[in-house]
Amino acid sequence: MMKGLKKWRLFSLLAVLTVFLAGCGQEELSTLLPAGQVGQDQFNLLLLSSGIMLLVIIVVVAIYLIALLRFRRSKLGEDHIPEQVEGSHKLELVWTIIPILLILLLAVPTVYYTYKLGDVSAMGAVDDDGNAENLVVDVTAKLYWWEFEYPNLGIVTAQELVVPMDEKVYFNLIAADVKHSFWIPAVGGKLDTNVENVNKFYLVFEKDSKNLKDGVFYGKCAELCGPSHALMDFKVKTMPRAEFDNWVAAMQASGDNQVVANPSGEAVFSQSCIGCHATSGVGESGANGPNLATFGDRNRVAGFLDHTKQDLIEWIKYPQKYKPGNKMPGFADQLSDSELDALAEYLMGLSVEK
Amino acid sequence: MSSVAQKKGFGATLWDWLTTVDHKKIGILYFLGGGFFFVVGGIEAMMIRWQLYKPNNDFVSAGLFNDLITMHGTTMIFLAAMPILFGFMNAIVPLQIGARDVAFPFINSLGFWMFFFGGLFLNISWLYGEVPNAGWTSYASLSIASEGHGIDFYAIGLQIAGGGTLMAGINFLVTIINMRAPGMTYMRMPLFTWTTFVASAMILFAFPPLTIGLFFLTFDRMFGGNFFDHTMGGNTIIWEHIFWIFGHPEVYILILPAFGIFSEIFSIFSRKRLFGYPSMVFATVLIGFLGFMVWAHHMFTVGLGPTANAIFAVATMAIAVPTGVKIFNWLLTMWGGSIKVTTPMLYALGFIPSFVMGGVTGVMQGAAPLDYQLHDSYFIVAHFHYVIVGGVVLAILAATHLYWPKMFGTMLNETLGKITFTFFFIGFHMTFLIQHWLGFWGMPRRVWTYMDGQGWNLANLISTCGALLMAIGVIVLVYNVIITSIKNVKVGNDPWGDGRTLEWAIESPPIYYNFPATPLVRGLDTVWIEKMEGNETGLTPAEPIKDIHMPNGSIIPILMSFGLFIAGFGAMFRTEEAWGLPVLIFGLLWTFVSMAARSLQDDTGYYIKKDEILRDLKRKGGQK
Repeated sequence: MMKGLKKWRLFSLLAVLTVFLAGCGQEELSTLLPAGQVGQDQFNLLLLSSGIMLLVIIVVVAIYLIALLRFRRSKLGEDHIPEQVEGSHKLELVWTIIPILLILLLAVPTVYYTYKLGDVSAMGAVDDDGNAENLVVDVTAKLYWWEFEYPNLGIVTAQELVVPMDEKVYFNLIAADVKHSFWIPAVGGKLDTNVENVNKFYLVFEKDSKNLKDGVFYGKCAELCGPSHALMDFKVKTMPRAEFDNWVAAMQASGDNQVVANPSGEAVFSQSCIGCHATSGVGESGANGPNLATFGDRNRVAGFLDHTKQDLIEWIKYPQKYKPGNKMPGFADQLSDSELDALAEYLMGLSVEK
Repeated sequence: MSSVAQKKGFGATLWDWLTTVDHKKIGILYFLGGGFFFVVGGIEAMMIRWQLYKPNNDFVSAGLFNDLITMHGTTMIFLAAMPILFGFMNAIVPLQIGARDVAFPFINSLGFWMFFFGGLFLNISWLYGEVPNAGWTSYASLSIASEGHGIDFYAIGLQIAGGGTLMAGINFLVTIINMRAPGMTYMRMPLFTWTTFVASAMILFAFPPLTIGLFFLTFDRMFGGNFFDHTMGGNTIIWEHIFWIFGHPEVYILILPAFGIFSEIFSIFSRKRLFGYPSMVFATVLIGFLGFMVWAHHMFTVGLGPTANAIFAVATMAIAVPTGVKIFNWLLTMWGGSIKVTTPMLYALGFIPSFVMGGVTGVMQGAAPLDYQLHDSYFIVAHFHYVIVGGVVLAILAATHLYWPKMFGTMLNETLGKITFTFFFIGFHMTFLIQHWLGFWGMPRRVWTYMDGQGWNLANLISTCGALLMAIGVIVLVYNVIITSIKNVKVGNDPWGDGRTLEWAIESPPIYYNFPATPLVRGLDTVWIEKMEGNETGLTPAEPIKDIHMPNGSIIPILMSFGLFIAGFGAMFRTEEAWGLPVLIFGLLWTFVSMAARSLQDDTGYYIKKDEILRDLKRKGGQK
């Protein structure tokens, strides 16, 4: 009997542990596995607040259960008339003051972190030669894709943000059409991209995305922005500073020495696509469609489809079917199968990392 | 009109309900109207959960999903929760304060019909095929960009319904201030009356901002205004402020009456005076006041800056203190009492842990930097459903069982009630508990689908299963209502046996003038005091029986509301159809003519003669 009870205890302990571990989610997009200082600060606040709140829940439930068990009419008899207590000033003081103390305990770190995470004063800092000291990325959210410009480096990319590790990366956020919200759950909390003003904040990336399941962190749009809000994903590649510098150099050169995987595909591109899409990473934000200089290096087509030639062709043919409400016209009627095939091969070959 | 029961034809009955100004009948109308929209909103919720039970599901399209979430939120808040609570306020508050009706019976009726036509207008969008799709918050950049007439239905429908709400709020304020029976001081008012009072005061201050915001939206969309168009000098953040200056108090407008209902239940079924009544009242008022100070906690991620965020974070946390006082007072009301677990008490018992969980997750989100992670994720979906379902909806279901005999004269089946509770309560926690983790795991809210391989599949499936259980609970309740109405076993004044306030000292349902003689109130829980002193009836009259002045029924409220309903269509189609402008003018004229008719008509009501009241009393005596 006792032995059985012990086993049962062990089993339930294991079960709880499993649930707890499974409760952390996936590394590339869980707020419970923070991959940077900002996310870590927020996670610490989560632990502190959960702890305080768990305490409150336990006290309430304990009083509740005792009251419920002790004072049942079935026990006290049908005719029992309880004493009509009016209240107790002492008790009421206790449950006013203790919550105030608990709230203060939470309020102090809250205010501290609010100012800490809101501090972007170093954003425009320059060294003696007038070069920016910190990396700044201008993010423009559009229906339904993301444009990332590196204003001090003269390059622009889309859909996949590339950042160096272990330093503060500052962001300027704005939306080009309707309001969106920029969120990389594993790295830190979100900030809205408003239509009328630039929002600024910073994030720190402390985990190399190479080791993740898809080699990228997941980014999300967190503000309802229309039918394809759910599909407005982006990805984040993090890498050591040296690797990042190489990537920047490759991007800056991507206009000049382009690898062309399929010349006839390039011809189709210059005829049908170049009006909205650029294939050189040199430039500024403001394009009609995502910059494709790094298309071959990306993890997804259109932010969420599998990164295969087949899915790419399907996407070019029927973009409205996959992402309703986006601004790209369908090419099913304009391009033949062989043209699409060549175009897809050309696009898949666009790369700065290989 | 006569109190003697007569067989009336269908037409006469219908006319009676359309023209009624009796608070008890309007209460039932609110309850039925709100109940209908509750079912509509529930079906929308089920469709949402069905779409999300597996990744990449295609049960509904992306566009339809946004229609569903928008209408689910809007319907549940404006057309279900609030009207049902108004139903209980109407049915019960005048009885609790010993009044014969509300202060403005005509406006009471007008308020109901405006809600009804507003709700109808909003839901006609489904038939028209262009449905509001920018979320119940309708944030400006998206709502301005939204094509078709969906958002127009939202703006005009809510404008009409909101006008009705504002009237109801003012009416209850005046009623509670002016129409309390002799001896019913403020500090002797039952808690449900108190919470109604504070919620009504909040309506008075919270709804005008919504009215203004909706007018701005209407002008922007239908009349070429530029309030929210930033390219023309407008600003979309202003909408967010206006909406939440209304929207946050709105949450308390819903939850305070729920607190009131549970205060009554804890007291009745613990057979004990409410513990710490003065601090309960003070906490209610304080929550009402602080409710206006915290709206920007819905906007921590908008980029208001650290100072604004810090101030609103601390203010938000402060609300936890009076709410905590309430929770502990309820617990101590049970402590030392004699607890009988009836269906209403079961809901109250379920409410405590559910609402505490919703409350603490609210404080967590009040911590601004943490909210950057939780905001607009599934965590917030879990949080506000714990508060609204775990608080308001449980209160509505509890009150449905508690006050059913007072409203309809018969008791809902207790066994079926407990079955409903079991399904609903388990289903509720199953649906929403896991959603906290979905938020932690990075799932944004308002997504119509999600990709496989993000670790969200099982949690979403569990959530959908929970929603099915909740639906079963509601279906059992509907069945319960139907068989109870068919059996129609009449009950006495106080079917629960431990009623403490005035409504339990008169028959169920009360006669149309409520009290033959206005009662004298001798303390908090006056009926309990009377009964403990051996007064079987629980009532001491404050006046001799004399003629009673009563208002006449009127068809004008329905006509006035209908005019606005017509004008709404005119405004919407003004630019694209030739008939738009004439219909707009016609509708408004219709309303103004109805108003003029009301103003010019010399309607002073009528008197119920003393003889008739004595006859009623004798008849009741005879029945016993």
